[in-house]
Amino acid sequence: MKIGTPTEVFEGEARVAMTPDSALQLQKLGHECFIEAGAGMKAGFSDAAYKEAGVEVIKGAAALWKSVDVIAKVRPPNDTEVKRLTKGKTLISFFYPGSNEALMEAASKKGANVIAMDMVPRISRAQKMDALSSMANIAGYRAVIEAGNNFGRFFTGQVTAAGKVPPAKVLVVGAGVAGLAAIGTSTSLGAITYAFDVRPEVAEQIESMGAEFVFLEFEDSELPDGAETGGYAPPSSPEFQAKQLEKFREIAPDMDIVITTALIPNRPAPLLWTKDMVEMMKPGSVIVDLAAERGGNCELTKMDEKVVSDNGVTIIGYTDFPSRMAAQSSTLYATNIRHMMADLTPEKDGVVNHDMEDDVIRGATITFEGDVTFPPPPPKVQAIAVQKKEAPKELTPEEKRAQEVAAFKKQTTQQVVLLGVGAALVLGIGLIPGMPASFMQHFIVFVLSVFIGFQVIWNVAHSLHTPLMAVTNAISSIIILGALIQIGSSSLLISVLAALGIFMAAVNIFGGFLVTRRMLAMFQKS
Amino acid sequence: MENAFTIAAYVVAGILFILSLGGLSGQESAKRAVWYGIVGMAIAVFATIVGPGSGMWFISLILIAGGAAVGYQLATKVEMTQMPELVAIMHSLVGLAAVFVGFNADIMINYIGNIYAGEGLVLGAVGDDGITAIGLPKEIYDGLSAFGQLIAKKSSVEIGILRVELVLGIWIGAVTFTGSVIAYAKLAGSSSMLPFNVDTGANQLPGGHALNAAAAVGSVILLAMYLGGSGSWTLVLLTLLALFIGYHLIMGIGGADMPVVVSMLNSYSGWAAAAIGFSLGNDLLIVVGALVGSSGAILSYIMCKAMNRSFVSVILGGFGGAAKGEQMAVDGEQVAIEADGVANALNEADSIIIIPGYGMAVAQAQQAVSELVRKLRAKGKNVRFAIHPVAGRLPGHMNVLLAEAKVPYDIVMEMDEINDDFPDTDVAIVIGSNDIVNPAAQDDPNSPIAGMPVLECWKAKQVFVSKRGQGTGYSGIENPLFFKENTRMFYGDAKASLDALLPKID
Repeated sequence: MKIGTPTEVFEGEARVAMTPDSALQLQKLGHECFIEAGAGMKAGFSDAAYKEAGVEVIKGAAALWKSVDVIAKVRPPNDTEVKRLTKGKTLISFFYPGSNEALMEAASKKGANVIAMDMVPRISRAQKMDALSSMANIAGYRAVIEAGNNFGRFFTGQVTAAGKVPPAKVLVVGAGVAGLAAIGTSTSLGAITYAFDVRPEVAEQIESMGAEFVFLEFEDSELPDGAETGGYAPPSSPEFQAKQLEKFREIAPDMDIVITTALIPNRPAPLLWTKDMVEMMKPGSVIVDLAAERGGNCELTKMDEKVVSDNGVTIIGYTDFPSRMAAQSSTLYATNIRHMMADLTPEKDGVVNHDMEDDVIRGATITFEGDVTFPPPPPKVQAIAVQKKEAPKELTPEEKRAQEVAAFKKQTTQQVVLLGVGAALVLGIGLIPGMPASFMQHFIVFVLSVFIGFQVIWNVAHSLHTPLMAVTNAISSIIILGALIQIGSSSLLISVLAALGIFMAAVNIFGGFLVTRRMLAMFQKS
Repeated sequence: MENAFTIAAYVVAGILFILSLGGLSGQESAKRAVWYGIVGMAIAVFATIVGPGSGMWFISLILIAGGAAVGYQLATKVEMTQMPELVAIMHSLVGLAAVFVGFNADIMINYIGNIYAGEGLVLGAVGDDGITAIGLPKEIYDGLSAFGQLIAKKSSVEIGILRVELVLGIWIGAVTFTGSVIAYAKLAGSSSMLPFNVDTGANQLPGGHALNAAAAVGSVILLAMYLGGSGSWTLVLLTLLALFIGYHLIMGIGGADMPVVVSMLNSYSGWAAAAIGFSLGNDLLIVVGALVGSSGAILSYIMCKAMNRSFVSVILGGFGGAAKGEQMAVDGEQVAIEADGVANALNEADSIIIIPGYGMAVAQAQQAVSELVRKLRAKGKNVRFAIHPVAGRLPGHMNVLLAEAKVPYDIVMEMDEINDDFPDTDVAIVIGSNDIVNPAAQDDPNSPIAGMPVLECWKAKQVFVSKRGQGTGYSGIENPLFFKENTRMFYGDAKASLDALLPKID
């Protein structure tokens, strides 16, 4: 197959979907690579470098689109580009099909197959092609750098001959990939970093990155569980949001830099940093809103702009953070594309096998052979293991009752069977012809004693098993009674044997009890 | 004659014995429970001496006093590490006493039989109703001892049952006797209580279980002959066979299975007492025998479950047949460490779990362990003990040793209580245990101990194993734990190692 990458036409976009390195890897899969002349210039990859990697450089976008089968690009196609799609061509790019339905319709009418890199399911196997994560990672890093650029002080606290500098306090809202990257960058620059997320299970990740989790006191049951929504935070309840804003208001005056990254899939960004919070902040503080593209987490955010509020707080609403680090982001994105191509050509023979049974490919494909295939069915593999919840809590009283009844029934049948067998045995012995009643009397005593023994011994603490053995050993010398009864016999032999028996049993009685007492006296609490 | 007072006293004694066992459910109530047992025993003996055993009460008292002196010596001199041996040897006394009492019963039957013959009557012959025995003339009857009178009243069926009962008592008693002696010898093993060394491994005479089976079949045949009236020599021969079975059965069981064996013998001594109780018609003997018997049986069951073995496979000896396949090879090497390294790790750790085993008992290291724990706890560290149900050579052996060394019992945890905590633990210290911390039980389906619940100490961040040297433990199974990356081997005698370690903890 021929894979080609055109120059990004979106204004200000510096990234490119193919790098010389990724082209080499693609060729190993059996593909031929093409690139529009000058496509990699802004990201720092010259046409010469591509040529050296065996990529054919084609002048002009139209010629490139015509001559290749698979088009890999970064931004969603514009109308002109969609028109260049024809039947059988495959387009791989970000697409945001949820908000670009008209574009998707147009592409499907053209009969092209479109793979949206933003639709790659978040399962372990697909991490290598998760372009959203690799871009978010860059955005998080860049957000801190951008904030630092607009912040007039050090991040780290210093005591110098010229005076003491307090460390900057950074709050990161939303601990997704971008948030965690921002936390990591911020802490490594020396700032005191706080982080917040609605998913309590990420507290550990936050702390592992060196930030402090801003804890919100709330009923567990009302907290959202990220596992059900593929690792994204789901929308939260109004009460929860109110609590959250209250907490932000409380800490807003102390924060020097706020980086917000909260996004919910296919919804406008939640409003988390209101105007009054901005007003509470100190002049010179910086807010970086990574959710600006979806309306922003901050009330004052203007998309693609840097604004300064009345009280001197800088609010950055850029949406092109990855593009601002084009060399890095192109490398990562091209690698994601390359992995996607590897999955599409499992035989490494240069033939694309668009397998709609594959979870990852199916999930990312939004138009296939003239049909719109968005939204995809839920993946067969769940992204993250569902958080274990305490099962009993979820049971209704009726279910509990039913369980108890079932357990009770089981226990009852077990007992009845045991009793039945036992009774049959005892009765069987009683039915033996000529069995004297005197024996049966003793036998009943015996059976009852065994029964009592079983009942009592199960309750003995494990740590007391040795004392138990010593005690039972001592009382098993009750055999002394037999010897005592016999010693009075008129036969000398009997008397001698009985005397020996008494002596040995007596040793046992005293030895056993004394040793038990010695042992038990040693058990003490701390 | 058993009078009403004796029987009433027996009831009181029986209840006290039950309370005594029931009280062992908690450490505090156990201290009271022992007194119940002692009082119960005193009442039972007193009631017997003033009642049916009044014949030679003075000699009886002297004998009891003599036994008390010996018992006192034994109980106060014994080291806590030698508890298993003591318990085992005391079982043998009960077994032997049961054998003697059983023989006495047989002699008495013959004696009464002779008296009957002297009167021209037959022992056990029944009257016209077919049930009531024809008694002896009153003057002869009154001249008999209490036990003699009991026999003299019996019908032939009752005499038959009596004989079965006394054979059972003798047989179980004899098995208990030799079995306990062998168990004692194996447990004492290399310790100084024995003048010679006993191989602690599983050894059987050629013929193995077939020999045991033959002896058992022989016993049954002899029983039949004895009941058929072949005379007392059958009883003697039967006893010899039982003695052999006891010897051979326990010889075939490895030292590692001793906790099961000791509790099993405990159970046997109870059943022997119960059987004798039947033949003497004494309900208290039956009650107590049954209590002890079922207690030992439950303990054996608990031990077996802890080792994931069936009771039968333990009793038949050895580690349950041949391995099902090739055992997993262990890669890596055992990395040794010196006291300094261990001390550093302990000084830095916040949570520590100590897993003691029989090796700690052998090295008498419990005091040093206790001292170590005191020091670590004084520094505010969370130190706990994890006790596997079959650690040591006796059920609950480790608990007793730690208690002796004044380790508070509330930091001594059972396996189920603590196993989930290992992943959050900084340092796990294994002192003289091997199989109970063997990961092969979980990982290697072909391991002889596959499926046995083990303490998952390898999940701790770091594991130190105090061990005398390289080589496998009691059961001879290779332990992959020693080869794990986070495991360090602290070679040397446990006590010497800990003594070297103690001054370095600050």
